[in-house]
Amino acid sequence: MTQPTLPWLDRNNTRNSKRAELNEGLDRRDFLTRLAATGFVLAISASGISCLGDSASSSTNTDGSFEPSVFLRIGNDGLVTIIVHRSEMGQGVRTGLAMAMADELEADWSMVRLEQAVGDSKYGDQNTDGSTSVRNGGWLKFRQAGAAARAMLEQAAAAEWGVPRSDVKSANGQVTHAASNRTLGYGALAARASTLDVPTDAPLKTPDQYRFIGKTVASLDLNAMITGKAKYAQDMAMDGMRIAVIQRPPVYGSKVAKFDASAAMAVPGVVKVIEVPAAEIPAGFKPLGGVAVLATSTWAAIEGRKKLSIEWTASPNDSYDCVEYRKELEGSVRADGNVVRNLGDVYKAIDGAAKKVSAEYYVPHLAHAPMEPPAALANYAAGKCEVWACTQDPQTARSAVANIVGLKDANVTVNVTLLGGAFGRKSKPDFIAEAAYLSKEMKTPVKVVWTREDDIQNGYPHTVSMQRLEAGLDANGKIVGLLHRVASPPIGSTFSGTDEYHSEGELALGVLDLPYAIPNVRVEACKAPAHTRIGWYRSVSNIPHAYAIGCFMDELARAAGRDPIEFLIDALGGDRKIDMTATGAVKPVDNYGAKWEDHPNDTARHRGVLERVRDESGWGSKLPAGEGRGVAVHRSFLTYVAAVVRVKVARDGTVTVPRVDIAMDCGFAVHPERVRSQCEGAVVMALSNTMESALTYARGRAVQSNYADYRVLRMAGAPKEIRVHLVESGGPMGGVGEPGVPPVGAAFANAVVAATHQLPHRTERS
Amino acid sequence: MRLTINGTPRDYTGDPAQPLLWYLRDELALTGTKFGCGISACGACTVHIDGKPATSCVVPMSTLENKAIITIEGLSDAGDHPVQQAWAAANVPQCGYCQSGQIMAAAALLKAKPKPNEADIDAAMSGVICRCGTYSRIREAIKNAAGMGSTTTAGAR
Repeated sequence: MTQPTLPWLDRNNTRNSKRAELNEGLDRRDFLTRLAATGFVLAISASGISCLGDSASSSTNTDGSFEPSVFLRIGNDGLVTIIVHRSEMGQGVRTGLAMAMADELEADWSMVRLEQAVGDSKYGDQNTDGSTSVRNGGWLKFRQAGAAARAMLEQAAAAEWGVPRSDVKSANGQVTHAASNRTLGYGALAARASTLDVPTDAPLKTPDQYRFIGKTVASLDLNAMITGKAKYAQDMAMDGMRIAVIQRPPVYGSKVAKFDASAAMAVPGVVKVIEVPAAEIPAGFKPLGGVAVLATSTWAAIEGRKKLSIEWTASPNDSYDCVEYRKELEGSVRADGNVVRNLGDVYKAIDGAAKKVSAEYYVPHLAHAPMEPPAALANYAAGKCEVWACTQDPQTARSAVANIVGLKDANVTVNVTLLGGAFGRKSKPDFIAEAAYLSKEMKTPVKVVWTREDDIQNGYPHTVSMQRLEAGLDANGKIVGLLHRVASPPIGSTFSGTDEYHSEGELALGVLDLPYAIPNVRVEACKAPAHTRIGWYRSVSNIPHAYAIGCFMDELARAAGRDPIEFLIDALGGDRKIDMTATGAVKPVDNYGAKWEDHPNDTARHRGVLERVRDESGWGSKLPAGEGRGVAVHRSFLTYVAAVVRVKVARDGTVTVPRVDIAMDCGFAVHPERVRSQCEGAVVMALSNTMESALTYARGRAVQSNYADYRVLRMAGAPKEIRVHLVESGGPMGGVGEPGVPPVGAAFANAVVAATHQLPHRTERS
Repeated sequence: MRLTINGTPRDYTGDPAQPLLWYLRDELALTGTKFGCGISACGACTVHIDGKPATSCVVPMSTLENKAIITIEGLSDAGDHPVQQAWAAANVPQCGYCQSGQIMAAAALLKAKPKPNEADIDAAMSGVICRCGTYSRIREAIKNAAGMGSTTTAGAR
């Protein structure tokens, strides 16, 4: 049988390792609707309520103070406008947060409208990142605002009718006084309610009272998305707008030495060619620089760019070559690194073990490749700059724009469009700063359009990772010691030239929070200097970490002669909340920004998701020849996920995936339908990562340029069946967007091993 | 040259090499047809030309004399084409960006083959990438639109 050729399944033969070495949008229509609303509107936020006039921009409290935080507005037409401060990129946040608010408000769902907040610190943290938008961003805040508003509307109705507050009841957008058979809609009560004080103790519903939360609710953006009306940044346009396409440096750190624009200027429609200044590296969030071609149409800009003649300066990254770099990382993990966790004596434990297993795992750079390449429209005029962008982080974008055009933040407005996928790429505002810079230079609105080639070749690649794991098993097959070395360029290198080791924060993504009860554990970070920008990509370093650990645990189970799921559950060492202060970690281990006491590393929840996929997937039942199942479990973003992947390996080595079962315990699913679809999408993205995708560099340049060579799964290669199982543990709420990704790659690889009865590459055993 | 877009006659006098995609998006503001790759590799720009699916990013205007183009905006009057209804019922879209292309490809498939089998769906739909990974729901929605029910389990309860 031909061995499958899959980028990540290229596990190294590690026999060379010597023991000695071991010692070491705002939608315009929404805007017009807002202006058209007449009379008073009720505007509520977590911290207060304000009485607004005709325009939402004049937000002054009844006590005269400025009301900085606004998430809800009820017009006297009864329309309930929910202002969502996090970006919609497919994870369903707009509808999910609206459900939370509308439920507590007892709103009539048909009267609910969404408005996308501009970037402004008055909304609190808007960074749509880290799977935080419901659990941190709005779950409590939006419910409290809804509950406060409902209480005020009831109070207003009681006052209107001169009856006790306790005698009125609100439901589905209106308040009723049953005794006198009187009813008033929320719109009719808005003006009166807006004069009242905001209660700080409005009671929240109990779960049995939920009407929307935890129920199936259609996305409020669904209709626009299936009729072509949904607006993304690429779709933005303005009168007098010029479209810019930029040729950026082919190598990170290179700059324009000189260029000839004459041929480009001869292309009909091209109006100007401008150099964009390059940031010094590490470039952080700043534009990479290059030469911009500005035209009256996108096509002219693209054609004009092809005619540019540019000479680039030399860069320290000119020789970046992924084949050579992999060897460098191999050398790095085969020598001592910086110790970041040291529990017991790992060398003694492995030396004395009955069986020793070691393996190395390599994960290449990955590109975000969202279906919508980055784009931003900017209009710099009269000392102000307004942008419309597909940004995950409008506040950081605001500062980036202010910085590049020399304005104060207050004079910059960042409107957030829908995001056509993002996956971390669109939290970096470089493309928005480009548009602002060019608009200022051109004195016209400018839309910067990234082509797919720009997106693949000039993005913020996910880190490349080499990991070496060594373990010892005792005579009963119990793990007695584990050494884990990680060489992977850190995200910090994009911001600081001295960062050459994966940080403790990155190692907390799946390595330092290892749940297994192993008495001797040593984790080392090994040197890995970056030669490109390094960015975060959906589930970040959990991708390589869960892959290596998930594959290695499977190899240990085989070495122990155990069923992999039984082996994993045994390795968890019984139900317990791990004392994360007693793991031997050199520094306190980060927990996705949460406290360990609030969100413990709970082995019962690991076990729960493992048992659920075991029971649902047909684990252990006989499969046809050439098929196999693999399993992996991983906690990330405070959520627990296990996956069983079933593969079929054809005689020619072609691998297909007939079925995936994925079990998620996120504590509580506010919007379960979208939690399921996020899990389905995570499965597909993880399989793309593992089966198809690799971003490589040669002579400092990205080798791949478009979907023809940066491959992702398509319909024919996607699993025919994805079964999502939500585990309702009642545990504290975790994230959803990212945690589905990490375990799937290892489960897939383990399934290939099970199907072929051999490791893709030999693993050292003794 | 003359062509029709969503039933409306249009005279085109621009660059004959310009792909249909940019005429639709930049000149007619029909932005439901999306730009994803520019090389016919992702299918986000799929439209119907004389009833057949085509990736508009690589179709030069010069080839469209007397052709009838239908975009997502012209697929149905009220967003109620059977494929659109099936998409809504299955809650297919996540970010939504590729869905115009997916729907246009699916509508063309069902027109050509009202009862497609799995291989037909694979062949007709594999040109349109969804990075959010909605494939299993797309498959379910196509089967439902074809009145074939579905044995797949997107969103299994």
